[in-house]
Amino acid sequence: MTAETAITPKHTPRDYKSDIKPVWCPGCGDYSVLGSITKAFSELNLDPENVAVISGIGCSSRIPAYTDCYGFHGVHGRSLPLAAGLKVARPDMTVLVASGDGDGFSIGGNHFMHACRRNVDLTYVVMDNRVYGMTKGQASPTTEPDWDNALTPGGSGISPFRPLVIALAAGANFIARGFSGDQNGTAKLLKEAIEHPGFSFVQILSPCVTFRPDQKEWKDDVHDATVDPTDDLGRAARRLMTDDGFNVGVLYRGEREAFQPPIGNASATVADLEGKFAL
Amino acid sequence: MNQPTDNATSISLVLAGSGGSGVITAGNMLLAAAAKAGWYGLMTRSAGPQIRGGEAAALLRLSSEPVSAQPDRYDLIIALDWMNFERFADEIPLDENTVIIGDASAAKKTPAFVTEGPARRGDIDFKNLSKAIPGGRPNMIALGTVGALIGLPEDALDAALSDALAKRGEDAITASRAGAQAGRSVAADMPATPKLPTPEGEKAGRWLISGNEAAGLGAIRGGVRFVAAYPITPATEILEWMSPALTKVGGVLVQAEDELASINMAIGGSYGGVPALTATSGPGLALMTEAIGLAVASEVPVVIVDVMRGGPSTGIPTKSEQSDLNMALYALPGDAPHIVVAPNSIRDCVFTTQWSVHLAEAMQTPAIVLSDQALGQAKSVIAAPADIAFIAQRETASTPAQGENYQRYAVTASGVSPMALPGTPGCAYTADGLEHNPRGTPSGGAKDHHIQLDKRQRKTDDFDYGQHWADQAGEGDTVVLTWGSCTGPVLEALENLAGTDDAARMISMRLLMPAPKDQLTKALEGAKRVIVVEQTHSGQFMGYLRANIDLPRDAEHYCIPGPLPMRPGDIVSLVKEGTPS
Amino acid sequence: MSTLDINNIGEFLAHAHALEAEAASQYADLAEQMEVHNNTEVAELFHKLAEIEGKHITKIDDKAGDTPIPHIAPWEYKWEGGQSPEAVVDMEAHYMMTPHHALTMSLKAEERAADFFQRIADNTTDEQVRSLSTEMALEEREHIEWLHKWLEKYPKPEHDWDEDMDPPMLQE
Repeated sequence: MTAETAITPKHTPRDYKSDIKPVWCPGCGDYSVLGSITKAFSELNLDPENVAVISGIGCSSRIPAYTDCYGFHGVHGRSLPLAAGLKVARPDMTVLVASGDGDGFSIGGNHFMHACRRNVDLTYVVMDNRVYGMTKGQASPTTEPDWDNALTPGGSGISPFRPLVIALAAGANFIARGFSGDQNGTAKLLKEAIEHPGFSFVQILSPCVTFRPDQKEWKDDVHDATVDPTDDLGRAARRLMTDDGFNVGVLYRGEREAFQPPIGNASATVADLEGKFAL
Repeated sequence: MNQPTDNATSISLVLAGSGGSGVITAGNMLLAAAAKAGWYGLMTRSAGPQIRGGEAAALLRLSSEPVSAQPDRYDLIIALDWMNFERFADEIPLDENTVIIGDASAAKKTPAFVTEGPARRGDIDFKNLSKAIPGGRPNMIALGTVGALIGLPEDALDAALSDALAKRGEDAITASRAGAQAGRSVAADMPATPKLPTPEGEKAGRWLISGNEAAGLGAIRGGVRFVAAYPITPATEILEWMSPALTKVGGVLVQAEDELASINMAIGGSYGGVPALTATSGPGLALMTEAIGLAVASEVPVVIVDVMRGGPSTGIPTKSEQSDLNMALYALPGDAPHIVVAPNSIRDCVFTTQWSVHLAEAMQTPAIVLSDQALGQAKSVIAAPADIAFIAQRETASTPAQGENYQRYAVTASGVSPMALPGTPGCAYTADGLEHNPRGTPSGGAKDHHIQLDKRQRKTDDFDYGQHWADQAGEGDTVVLTWGSCTGPVLEALENLAGTDDAARMISMRLLMPAPKDQLTKALEGAKRVIVVEQTHSGQFMGYLRANIDLPRDAEHYCIPGPLPMRPGDIVSLVKEGTPS
Repeated sequence: MSTLDINNIGEFLAHAHALEAEAASQYADLAEQMEVHNNTEVAELFHKLAEIEGKHITKIDDKAGDTPIPHIAPWEYKWEGGQSPEAVVDMEAHYMMTPHHALTMSLKAEERAADFFQRIADNTTDEQVRSLSTEMALEEREHIEWLHKWLEKYPKPEHDWDEDMDPPMLQE
């Protein structure tokens, strides 16, 4: 009887889902991630109108329309600045950013680093399937270098990007990895990520059954992290040195203060500003 | 050796020097002093490529009337040294009435275009004069000399020095005043320049402001409270001025990692309901175009100020040109109705930027403000701009009645649909750059596409822009049609021609997109001669006019690229003789 | 398998309710997915399964009567492996799947559910929980029988059931 004392949420997970039907392929991990997100929102007892889901371009970036929250489906790779602008202007909103490995780590790679540094109170969920789906199966930054595809026959030959290592080095305040096959476990990670102040990064391994059917095997590859979450950068870094990419759970919980300049507190009028120019 | 001098209406002068000689600071002090004396003025600057220690020149024009353009010629040049001075040769037209004062110890290094030119010359021993004063500096000597030559009252210069050096303390003020006094004492030995009369009466209601500061102020007047910033010359001063100013009025500025981020942050802030802006120059605008298209499609108001510089590519960052016009009009993907407006003076940077906020918010679409380096980085004494009641007024949605569904992109007569701000119950929607139906659901259907294209177009086409679409001045059968910073020299030229056989009128277009076709056609009625004036190499403005209105076949075209400013004399001879001087 | 002890009727009802609700919701989602992908035959089948699970929810709620059902966070349920036993593995869904595949998926889920209830019944110290859990296990086994019969109508399809002559579509 661990959690019977929890408050019954005002809204069920389904209340956060819109009536728009996803375009994803049946079997896609993103369906389950959508379920994890709505479960986390429900458990956090958030009113849907006080939540915004922001995205860029790609399969996973279709998520905002599938939620019944405020949303913005922006341009490719720019979901993080779009979300940061919203959160800084409207600190009262809970802002979740949804992205994929192409949108988030390739075209949006620079924003990823700087969002980690800036530490605006956002939760960044990257559904990683190591492939571009919307353009029919090209290598992404996290794709294995020898994965054969039409654009780079025989494989890209490029070492995969290591999102958790980058996040840690760039200063993300919360870092975790989940797996779409564990909807409830991922919901728990997301709840914690949203609650954690500052920039929270959650990589979710989310198989692409169309272009990477081999990823169905991931359910046998993932395993719980054997080490507890840490607030120590050195320990987290050492853990990542031996990471096989399939450890799931929370890696790092930082204590940096979130970036939120004050807004709405005027101490002067426009006429005061104009006075500085008057002779 | 002084010659008797007239009471001039304007005086133009240059303070030049290198290696940290402080000529820009001296120029700023001189402009402030002139303002205190009751004069109007305009100061631009020119500099070498070095970050510190490079050659620099402060170019000032002081007048008893408001100054709208750089001069045709200079009355006075004071060079504290001659290092790389020839770099400025193109920018400083000289004639036999120009007085050039150099440093006596460096007389041998005087460049050929000075020694072989027509100007009268004098030398001052700046170094030794300043060494004789504890804490003395050559630029203060020069200030004193200039002040005495042009008739600047001593108390005005002393007051300006006190203001500028207040933070440095009493010793610095004393040293500077002593330097200026030393400079004054040698002025009588120099060739005479014209003197400006000191005006009588009221000097209140004037501001000393740069175009970039004016744009920032206009934005805040209009209601902007969120700015995302990435520095770029020559737009940075807008952002730097706005940063503390926004904090004071309850707004916020965030520094972004690049222009891709700054425009997207601004769109995010505005989506949240806070009127938002970013400022950049051509290379930054190029990076922003995809997201500006997103703001069009998702119908999020945002203002982008482009302080244009010489292009293409990195081009000439510190010099002005109007060559981003095509990009501002046409660079967005798809058919993307948006607003493009252009201020036509430093003073107008306040109004036009404020107006752009109003337009963007009212029509829920992006507005690009095309300022340029000549306006942005120039500092001027201006009559305080009136506070026009244009402020951000966005039509927002409230929770719908039971049984009704909110439609973000509802089709309306004006094309503007009430926008729900996040946090409004019952109105949750997803803003989308994908084409969509009225509810916002992505749709690739022909009907949805056509309806939404029409709706977005209607917003900007049917809006009432009032008289602000252009500024018009003068009278005559000849029309000079121009925009932006070309307006100042055109205005001065037409003032000079007023009452003569060559009198002409001017149309300076403030609204560029949507093209005010009807207004412009009507304004051109009765014109026997049309002269189009712009600062590009390829004639972008002319191409735009030809594409939008039935411009007379024999319309004349004066089109020069940067980096040199357009001068009133060019326009006068253009009107009189059909060719620039 | 780890021990599974639920010794409180409220906690039991919460698990039973969640198990059926997750299944109903998942079948509804799968039905929707199949509709989007123009697989109407399987869509109808999933709708039917969702409807059946919906009836189970009502049944459990009836049995609960006035007994308050506590709220449990999704990750705090005593599911083996973290997911509800009756949840199908949605990674196994396919846009060209046949009723045979759908029924097989469902069969596995029902078997896990039957096993779950049986283990509660075997382990619990609470009589009321044992009685209800036994009843639920029996009911799940009836479903299993019924699914087996249903499956007879849909034998395993040829190996090329998922062959699509067209390539995937470019979207963005």
